[in-house]
Amino acid sequence: MSEQVNKARRTLIAATSVVGGAAAAGAAVPFVWSMFPSERAKAAGAPVEVDLTKIAPGAIEVVEWRGKPVWVIRRTKEMLESLKAAAPRLSDPESKASDQPEFAQNEYRSQKPDIMVMEGVCTHLGCSPQLKPADAKAEMGADWAGGFYCPCHGSKFDLAGRVFRGAPAPTNLRVPPYEFVSDGTLVIGAEKDKKGA
Amino acid sequence: MRAFFLAALVSVFSAVNAAETGYRLEKSPHDPRDLVSLQAGAQVFVNYCLGCHGAQYMRYNRLTDLGLEEGQIRDNLMFTADKVGEPMRTTLPQKESKQWFGVTPPDLSLVARSRGADWLYTYMRTFYRDPKTATGWNNLVFPNVGMPHALWMLQGQRGLEIATVKDAGGHERAEYRWTQLSPGAQSAIEYDTTVRDLVNFLTYVSEPAAQKRKSIGIVVLFALGILFIFAYLLKKEFWKDVK
Amino acid sequence: MSTRLAALWNWFDARMPSVAEQWRIHASEYYAPKNFNFWYFFGSLALLVLVIQIVSGIFLTMNYKPDAALAFGSVEYIMRDVPGGWILRYIHSTGASAFFVVVYLHMFRGMLYGSYKEPRELVWVFGVLIYLTLMGEAFFGYLLPWGQMSYWGAQVIVNLFGTVPFIGPDLALWIRGDYIVSDATLNRFFALHVIALPLVLLGLVVAHLLALHDVGSNNPDGVEIKKAKGPDGKPLDGIPFHPYYTVKDLMGAVVFLAIFAFVMFFVPEMGGYFLEHNNFIPADPLKTPEHIAPVWYFTPYYSILRAVPPLFNSQFPGVLAMGIATLILFFLPWLDRSPVKSIRYRGPIYRWALGIFVVVFLLLGYLGVKPTTVWGQFGFDAFFLDTKDVATWVARLCTILYFAFFFLMPWYTKMDPVKPVPDRVTA
Repeated sequence: MSEQVNKARRTLIAATSVVGGAAAAGAAVPFVWSMFPSERAKAAGAPVEVDLTKIAPGAIEVVEWRGKPVWVIRRTKEMLESLKAAAPRLSDPESKASDQPEFAQNEYRSQKPDIMVMEGVCTHLGCSPQLKPADAKAEMGADWAGGFYCPCHGSKFDLAGRVFRGAPAPTNLRVPPYEFVSDGTLVIGAEKDKKGA
Repeated sequence: MRAFFLAALVSVFSAVNAAETGYRLEKSPHDPRDLVSLQAGAQVFVNYCLGCHGAQYMRYNRLTDLGLEEGQIRDNLMFTADKVGEPMRTTLPQKESKQWFGVTPPDLSLVARSRGADWLYTYMRTFYRDPKTATGWNNLVFPNVGMPHALWMLQGQRGLEIATVKDAGGHERAEYRWTQLSPGAQSAIEYDTTVRDLVNFLTYVSEPAAQKRKSIGIVVLFALGILFIFAYLLKKEFWKDVK
Repeated sequence: MSTRLAALWNWFDARMPSVAEQWRIHASEYYAPKNFNFWYFFGSLALLVLVIQIVSGIFLTMNYKPDAALAFGSVEYIMRDVPGGWILRYIHSTGASAFFVVVYLHMFRGMLYGSYKEPRELVWVFGVLIYLTLMGEAFFGYLLPWGQMSYWGAQVIVNLFGTVPFIGPDLALWIRGDYIVSDATLNRFFALHVIALPLVLLGLVVAHLLALHDVGSNNPDGVEIKKAKGPDGKPLDGIPFHPYYTVKDLMGAVVFLAIFAFVMFFVPEMGGYFLEHNNFIPADPLKTPEHIAPVWYFTPYYSILRAVPPLFNSQFPGVLAMGIATLILFFLPWLDRSPVKSIRYRGPIYRWALGIFVVVFLLLGYLGVKPTTVWGQFGFDAFFLDTKDVATWVARLCTILYFAFFFLMPWYTKMDPVKPVPDRVTA
């Protein structure tokens, strides 16, 4: 008799615990959810438009997206040629370990060869590298074909953001999602989380 | 004993209150679930109100709640911002507006919560011409308001005569006699609908999560009802032991 | 696996005071009277609301900005931009009012059953301290949204401290940290509301429960269950708190949460009593609202304050009356001279007195939310009528009755005929 009572009690406790646990989980949802980015954060992190007609060949434009500097470079033919030459000295020439959208996993690391878009944030510890053009051979070395040098710990990147061997930075510079809404306009930031312009 | 106290409490709370001062407010007929009305209200707000009044806590992209797409918002409603994630601010300079109107036109994000929908509905429909004020307009709900009749082109210009009459019981009351001085673009019924839509929109703006709140509430109460059944059965089971 | 767990537990147990012992003392072997009724839910509910307020408060603090220029906007940020932020806000605003509903009912239970009488005076004293701390907590918290009511309510109450003779103006200046309620005031009220008073509350709640568990709970019959013990040394009319009252309080909590959820999701403003209409207007130091009233849970005392006329050009007598009205609660265990605890065995005098007290308290509360003109004016004039507002004179009568309940208690509880109290609890 008491054996049955105990069993009944145990089942009831178990059942109530399950329902109660579900209710508690449901109650926890708004608290956890509130910690995700707010509308204000999403609006501030909205995609950024770039007017490409203002960028001359060989020139670089820096825009801010999600609090980070993003470089937009109009690469000349010479710059593109130099990319092939640099390949043996790179840690990850085919960007296998690096972070970029699918369309940028090619020899130019970009959708269109002449427009390079990448985050100006060193993949080592986050400093912003400096542009060192091809003629800075005096400080960068005789085989320097143009690229970026990070002043913090000496990492070097080429004009496709690929990291040179011997640098503390482990991977190539990150390429953000972007798209061309027209020939002259670039939008940095993914289409699917488009909440801004 | 208990009956006495119950009676005392009831009589205390049914004591007659002093009459509410001010013009009697009409109930706003808006339906918060009517998306078409809300969209129309958004358009009225953006076209007639945003020039002076901001809604700084309302982001343009939130208007997707009303069944609109971002493209539609951008094309039809965004006059004061570049990006759809930005808030609905007014372009009226705040300092100068105080000089021009005597008071800075208040932000309307929460006006439906502070004044109430009925107040807004009645207010927007009781403007009348008054040569004695700075703007030439006055209002029954808000006497000597600094705001001109922003929707006068829709309602037309109306004059008001307040007469004191004695009713059947010998009590004095005010009688409001309206005259249409010049016609507006809308008939009286059309104008009432426009104001209803505007009030609907402002009510939505003051608490965009309102509809969601109610629908989640139903789910929560249902869940708690289920939980109560189990908790009650559990209590009954254990308390079999007692006495 | 279970031996390893057991070994781990033994390692821990050898280095910390026994958890099992505490569990026995306060739950599985804390013998509570078996006849707890509806009035006995409110203690555990008060603890539940405290937890709810702390948890929702923590998450609100993640997004709130205690700066006069940013505070109001940050609350709207929470309501609109923070995912689910409106849920957090409504939990906290509903919880604040729920806390007072629960605490008032909890205190009323004490008055019904003489739970404050010997040997439980200290439980009552800690309880009154909790009540006062709670009032402070609510007062500080109310400034934080920085609406018109927040601002002007704080201004009025701090000015009350300014009426204290001699030290008043300096005291008010010190509380505000400025010449008017300002950013300085907001920031310090934030610190007090978020951390200082919650810590005090937690400490007092622990003390309250320790004091209670030391002497054992009262019950609706006012019978001391420890006087009738069985051969095992346990009270015959007692049952272990766990599992019987844990399971009963769980049920009570679910009902409470259902009511809480109904308010929170369907009527969070409660007609302007839980979230006041004027508080949706940002604070404006240059524009006083027409009608300033404190939140509903303070209104009985506010009514008393307003009812006392100024004497010697000072509002201080009203402030004093309000203060005494609150502090008199401490003395209840010693004012009540009845030999009997529970109202069930008291005579008609105490029943009438308590009934009148309830009516008076509710009436004072109602009058406190309304302007003094709510019941119109007397038609006649007389030399003693400093004001002709009917409501003020009713509030004055209620104030006298309120104080009479306490100050006359030593006499009317002594002469009240009592019924014989049973040795064992009834249903």
